Amino acid sequence: MIKQLGTTHIRKVQTRNTLIILGCIALLLGSFLISMNTGYIKLSPGDTLRTLLGGGTIKQNLILFDFRLPRIIIAMLVGSGLALSGCVIQGVSKNELADPGLLGINAGASLMVILYLMFFGAQSFFLVFTLPFLALAGAGVTALGIYLLAYKKGVGVVPLRLILTGIAVQAGIGALMTVLVVKLDETMFDFVATWQAGSIWGTNWKFVLTLVPWLMVLIPYVIYKSRVLDALNLGDEISTGLGLSVEKERRYLLGAAVALAASCVAVSGSISFVGLIAPHLSRQLVGPKHRILLPVCALVGAILVSVADTIGRVILQPSEIPTGIMVAIIGAPYFLYLLAKNNQ
Amino acid sequence: MKLTKYKKILMPDNRTRCGFTQIGWIILIAGIPLLFLIMAFSVTKGAAEISLSTVGEAFFNFDNKNPQHLMVIDLRVPRVIASALVGSALAVAGAMMQGMTRNPMADSGLMGLNAGAGFALSISFAFFPEMNYLGIVLFSFIGAALGGGMVSAIASLGKGGLNPMRMVLAGAAVSALLVSLSQGIAIYFNLAQDIMFWTVGGVAGSNWQQIKMMAPLILTALLGAVILSRFISVLSLGEDVARGLGMNIALVTAICAVIVLLLAGAAVAVVGAVGFVGLMIPHLARYLVGVDYRWIIPSSAVLGALLMVLADLGSRMINPPTETPIGALIALLGVPFFLYLARKQGRTGV
Repeated sequence: MIKQLGTTHIRKVQTRNTLIILGCIALLLGSFLISMNTGYIKLSPGDTLRTLLGGGTIKQNLILFDFRLPRIIIAMLVGSGLALSGCVIQGVSKNELADPGLLGINAGASLMVILYLMFFGAQSFFLVFTLPFLALAGAGVTALGIYLLAYKKGVGVVPLRLILTGIAVQAGIGALMTVLVVKLDETMFDFVATWQAGSIWGTNWKFVLTLVPWLMVLIPYVIYKSRVLDALNLGDEISTGLGLSVEKERRYLLGAAVALAASCVAVSGSISFVGLIAPHLSRQLVGPKHRILLPVCALVGAILVSVADTIGRVILQPSEIPTGIMVAIIGAPYFLYLLAKNNQ
Repeated sequence: MKLTKYKKILMPDNRTRCGFTQIGWIILIAGIPLLFLIMAFSVTKGAAEISLSTVGEAFFNFDNKNPQHLMVIDLRVPRVIASALVGSALAVAGAMMQGMTRNPMADSGLMGLNAGAGFALSISFAFFPEMNYLGIVLFSFIGAALGGGMVSAIASLGKGGLNPMRMVLAGAAVSALLVSLSQGIAIYFNLAQDIMFWTVGGVAGSNWQQIKMMAPLILTALLGAVILSRFISVLSLGEDVARGLGMNIALVTAICAVIVLLLAGAAVAVVGAVGFVGLMIPHLARYLVGVDYRWIIPSSAVLGALLMVLADLGSRMINPPTETPIGALIALLGVPFFLYLARKQGRTGV
């Protein structure tokens, strides 16, 4: 009897989870289609469909294939990458307030952007092409630095020490930036402010092509490691008892999270809220098991960023609101609503 | 480690707790006179040097024709007092947040105060550009209070009422929302740089009017924090333990939230978001006096005031007559030290 109850319960949960995933995919597709139709120049759904199938005018082709499609795809990729990164970092550090920013990714990337602007100026021709790589390098070096500073021989990296080190390094870089930013002129400062608010600005196929390989490798890897993440949640002693090489796994997972977030931040500017909120939203939806949590988290992140990007593009035409700002404006109220009605 | 040796000398037989208490007394007894000494020293320094005797004269034999007297009374003294008040307020607010939420990353910024003040600031810059200094400070305080109020209200809506964990999450979300809105306003109205200059300014513009409003508020709230510190110690053991000991968690959390709001709200309104004080000082205090919040809170108050006064002094002396941003200075001073602390005590809890 009890066993039977157990299996029906499991089956129920499984159906529920499948439904949630299907729902998320449907939402993502919906936002994709709406996003294709909207923008400075409006296209009817029929036109969009015809253009996608190869029957559009030159102008329609240009708008869809060269401007909108890459941007939408980047928004979705960035959303899922940051969300997954946040989920992994929250799991590894066992702290609900952790996000990719904890590993200094946003701070490191921002610092590089400011340094670049100080030396070469905002009008530099190469800006669009060099900035993502610089941001990536800044983020990577900072994350590595935080890891090394938090590392202690024999003990490895304990979550609490990682968090404290992350805070300290972030604060240090923040201070350095305050000192530098005072010296910037107004155009440069506006550029930095927009970058830090998170505006998806790398909007052509080249960026899609640089982003996709990272995610193609890292997303399956992280999902493959979901059981390790579950075990780590039980605490270091128990995971060691379960035969896990805790320190090694932690290092790999953190590395993957950094690579995910850094590659995304490089093209999207500093959007950090997705990494904090998407894991919490998904946990509310499907619970704490990473095997189902991670895919849902990726979907939620993608939906959040692509919807935010679409709204940011149209709401104050012709000027755009940076995506990072829209993400928080849309995501935070929903998150607060969930928090208020949550009965746990 | 030197400290343990020191403890051993003070307390020969196994009394670590008492050793911590001793250090607590030392911080309070030596720290407060030291604070006043540094404050007096700080008044004499700056773009123009003023001798200590002139400072004394300015106090007891004020001559309103003497520019040096005016400078001391109208500019330097309020500024030094403001930094001491703000430093202790931020540190105590941070200590309370960390204790209540048992989260080492928590500080008063998580109550939505910094974000609320920033939001109010960007609104006042965008829509009421002719507002005067005091008006902006008041407006920021109202913003901070609104931010904190929003966080507490949303956190207490759910079943089971207000609890620290829910408050932290609500705080993160409300902060993100308000920060984004103010970033949006700043970018749309092209104000990002003006707002940045205002926040970087720190305690530079403090005046007596401001202190008369702020000091009673902060001092009362500090007293409240000291009285409540017992309950925070219990909360810091975890909600289950606290409940087991018969504590009304929702009530204590609510009262603590009000005190944090007063402390940090007043501080943030005056200096902007100098976040690192609230994060760092409680960790330092915990390292020195142990896990008992009856000691952590008063020591945080003294240490926070010391740090802020020193940082203000530094910001004036490094590169006169320009002032180095005080937030940057605190972080640059604090980061190496904080990294050291993180290495030392990474294995213990909050």
